[in-house]
Amino acid sequence: MKRAKPAMPRRAAFSSKSAEFWYLRLYVVGETPRSLAAFSNLTKICESHLEGRYNIEVIDIANHTQFANGDQILAIPTLVRRLPHPVRKIIGDLSDTERVLVGLNLRTAG
Amino acid sequence: MRNKRSPPASPATRLAKCPTGINGLDEITGGGLPRGRPTLVCGGAGCGKTLFAAEFIVRGAAQFDEPGVFMSFEETDAELKANVASLGFDLAGLVRRKKILLEHVHIERSEIHETGEYDLEGLFVRLNHAIDSIGAKRVVLDTLEALFAGLPNEAILRAELRRLFRWLKVKGVTAVITAERGLEQLTRHGLEEYVSDCVILLDHRVNDQIATRHLRVVKYRGALHGTNEFPFLIGDDGLTVLPITSLGLNHRVSSQRISTGIPRLDAMLSGKGFFRGSSVLLTGTPGTGKTIIACCFAEAAARRGDRVLFFSFEESPNQIARNMRSIGLRLDPLVDQGLLRFHASRPSLYGLEMHLATMFKEIATFQPDVVVMDPITSLMAAGTDSETKAMVTRLIDYLKGGQITSLFTSLTHGGHSLQQSEIAMSSLMDSWMLLEDFEGNGERNRVLYVIKARGMAHSNQVREFLISNHGIDLVDAYIGPSGVLTGSARAAQTAREKAASLASHQDGARRKRELESKREALERQIGGLRSEYAASADELRQIDRQVGTQTRLLSVERSELERLRHADVSMPERERGKPIEEKKR
Repeated sequence: MKRAKPAMPRRAAFSSKSAEFWYLRLYVVGETPRSLAAFSNLTKICESHLEGRYNIEVIDIANHTQFANGDQILAIPTLVRRLPHPVRKIIGDLSDTERVLVGLNLRTAG
Repeated sequence: MRNKRSPPASPATRLAKCPTGINGLDEITGGGLPRGRPTLVCGGAGCGKTLFAAEFIVRGAAQFDEPGVFMSFEETDAELKANVASLGFDLAGLVRRKKILLEHVHIERSEIHETGEYDLEGLFVRLNHAIDSIGAKRVVLDTLEALFAGLPNEAILRAELRRLFRWLKVKGVTAVITAERGLEQLTRHGLEEYVSDCVILLDHRVNDQIATRHLRVVKYRGALHGTNEFPFLIGDDGLTVLPITSLGLNHRVSSQRISTGIPRLDAMLSGKGFFRGSSVLLTGTPGTGKTIIACCFAEAAARRGDRVLFFSFEESPNQIARNMRSIGLRLDPLVDQGLLRFHASRPSLYGLEMHLATMFKEIATFQPDVVVMDPITSLMAAGTDSETKAMVTRLIDYLKGGQITSLFTSLTHGGHSLQQSEIAMSSLMDSWMLLEDFEGNGERNRVLYVIKARGMAHSNQVREFLISNHGIDLVDAYIGPSGVLTGSARAAQTAREKAASLASHQDGARRKRELESKREALERQIGGLRSEYAASADELRQIDRQVGTQTRLLSVERSELERLRHADVSMPERERGKPIEEKKR
């Protein structure tokens, strides 16, 4: 569907445990250390919690500004959980795994 | 994305200005906002920040051919379009023609979770893209403070804002950044720390339940600017800042004179009335006839064919017309002819600046030659004294600039400071007339003075001012050793003088008669003497004749004797006697 950065391979897998399929989009600007860190942090979290039922799309808004407008992106990097609903946004390099899990609603806060 | 355009050229040249097109603001700032730099516009809720910013963008695109980006953090594109449409600008059309780009940035705190390091590169990318896509010269960020609510990490945010403003400068766009007014500083989040070139403060104050907007240029690096607080208003055509002395003091002046409508008053003003285009102040205590004089002036002007605009702040037009009928002034026909126009509004209806704007608009549409304000003091209820004075100054400036003769009535309250209370305003006026009540003998009488009349030799006399059912008349007040007499006292004094003059008249006649008879007596005397003289002259002649006869007789007798005595001597005597004898014969 949307063109992803070739350097960061898309991973998609289907889960047998849950019907829920996770559709994630990571917004970055260029290959900065911070965006690379965000991507690797995200991959790690997904592998351990959503194995086989997630799709990560990486969008470099320097080339695709219209997506930034559509998703109201200000901060970089921003992770958008497009599915399942509701839409959630997580900003930062995703280094704080606990907060990412809470943000993605994979673990309830506290 | 980080467009490294070389910073604006030689710093030696004067600071380039970017005209806003906002009425009055460019005059205060000497040409507009600093070009290529960010300007901070701060103010409380509802004081017109967004409108200011929108007008800057819209006018830039429509009037100065400078495309602009409006990045809104609060309002959506549709809301913005609706708001700007009320200014009479075709925002949608400008957007279609790619003169303006609206960009709505929405931040929802509840949707955002923070996990580690981030920056606002997304905002930069979007802004950069927006600027480049239409070649924007102007940018508005309204209002950045929404970011503080949306993004939890203030340290990152501040660092990014600093970078943003630097980036805007490098980009060379003229930016307007709006911010909410803070309690102890200009903005709630201290944005003035980052935007240091130009700061404009908007303010919406309520005084005595009437709100007035003010604009102040707090800071303008590298340029002279008006430091005052200027009232501004939001009207149908956007913001209007009202500089107090925008027009300076170089009005054209006319030496043409126009009648006051009252012949005796004209006579007091060196016979011809007011100068065209001058300002006239008419002060007086309640019930001294200010409105009547104003109406006389208006009526006379309209009958001459001048267009007259009458601002009434106390009476409705119908009431004025009815009241003036009672003194024989018929205003309705003039209204019907379109020469006289009333504009009545309550002073407390809205603030002073709104009044001023309404007046300006009325004046601009009706194009009057004469403007009457009755009474200007009512407006003091809508503002403080100094505000009213500033307003009157601006109004007079405006009227004089248009060569419009203005008459202001002013209500003073009884007491000692009849004149003092008007000093602030009177110095602005070219002519000043004072109406006063004289109380005495159980009656109140009106008197009129001309206190000043610039440029003409005006009368220094007090005139009594009479209102009858056929208009106004001025009569000379009686001035005697006991002071000025008016009303019945004046009438009594006049009667006394009349009696005195009658008595002296009669006295004179009597003396004349006396002298006449004395003269007649003398004449009679002269007649007697003259006849006496004639009689004695007669007698004298008689005597002469008798003497002559006697002499002749004597000589006859003598010659007879000589003849009888045969005398032969004394011939000569005979010879001498002969002719006499012959003569007598």
